[in-house]
Amino acid sequence: MVQRHPTHLDAAFAAISDATRRGILERLGRADASISELAGQFRMTLTGMKKHVGVLEEAGLVTTEKVGRVRTCRLGEHRLDDEAAWIESYRQLWEARFDALDKVLEDLKREKHRERTRKSTRRRTRRRT
Amino acid sequence: MKNSTKVERTSEREIVVTRTFDAPARLVFEAWSKPELFQRWWIPKTLGMSFVSCEADVRTGGSYHFVFRHPNFEQPMAFFGKYVEVVPHSRIVWTNEESGDGPVSTVTFEEQSGKTLLVLRERYPSKQALDDAIASGSVGTDAAPEQFEQLDELLGTLVSP
Repeated sequence: MVQRHPTHLDAAFAAISDATRRGILERLGRADASISELAGQFRMTLTGMKKHVGVLEEAGLVTTEKVGRVRTCRLGEHRLDDEAAWIESYRQLWEARFDALDKVLEDLKREKHRERTRKSTRRRTRRRT
Repeated sequence: MKNSTKVERTSEREIVVTRTFDAPARLVFEAWSKPELFQRWWIPKTLGMSFVSCEADVRTGGSYHFVFRHPNFEQPMAFFGKYVEVVPHSRIVWTNEESGDGPVSTVTFEEQSGKTLLVLRERYPSKQALDDAIASGSVGTDAAPEQFEQLDELLGTLVSP
C-alpha cells in the first residue's frame, strides 16, 4: 500500500470537495481533454477552468501537458487508494469529535471561572462580616 | 479558528492522531473521563447516532460500555473494553474489545502554557489487523456518513480503468 504525506491528502480532499472539479475528474476518467474543451463542456471561462484544473493538478489528481497552444489534461498518478480514503474518514471522525470537545471545554472554562468568582466574592463577604 | 486534527499511519500497526486544545490538561481529562461530559462530544452529529447508555469507570482496571443507536437501524451498537492505565490529567490507555482484533488506544495530554497537546495512538495487534480494519472501510463507528459514501463512489469511478 502506498503511504502518502498528509498534506497531499488534504489537498486531494479539498480538490474534490467541489462539484465542478468532481465532474472534471469524471470527464477525464472517460478521455483526456484540453482546457478549452473542458471549459466548453462545463460552460465556464478559460480562466475559470484553468483555476479548477490548477487545484486538481496541485493535488496530484490531474496532470497537464502543453503541446503548441493546446494544454491537454489527463488523470494524474496520485489516485486516492483505499488506505488514503480510510485515513481521511478516520481523520474526519476525530476532527468532528474534537471540534465538539472544544465546545465542552469552553463551557467548562466558563463554569470554573464563575466558580472562582463566586468563591472570591464569598471570601470577601466573609471578611467584611 | 479551529485547531487542526492530524492523522498519520506511523507504522505497520499504528495510527496517530494529534490535536491542540485551548484549555489546560486537567479540563481535557475531565471532559474525557466524566461520562456526562464525554457524551456531549464523542458521537459526531453528522453520524445521526445517539447514546443509549454511556457507562465509564475511568480508573486503572475500570471498564466502559457505550451503546449507540441510529434511527435507521433496529439493532443498537455496543462498544466496550477496559481501562488498562489511567493517570489523571495526563494519560488514558484502553482496550477496544467489541471486535476480535481491536486496537489498544493511548491518549496523552501534555500541557504547555495553558494549552494542551493531545496525542492519540491506536495500536493494532498486527499489521494484518490494521489492514483488515482499513479494508472493512469502517472507522470505528460502523456507519460512514453519507458524504463518505459519495466519496467512495467517486473514488471507485476514478480507480476503475
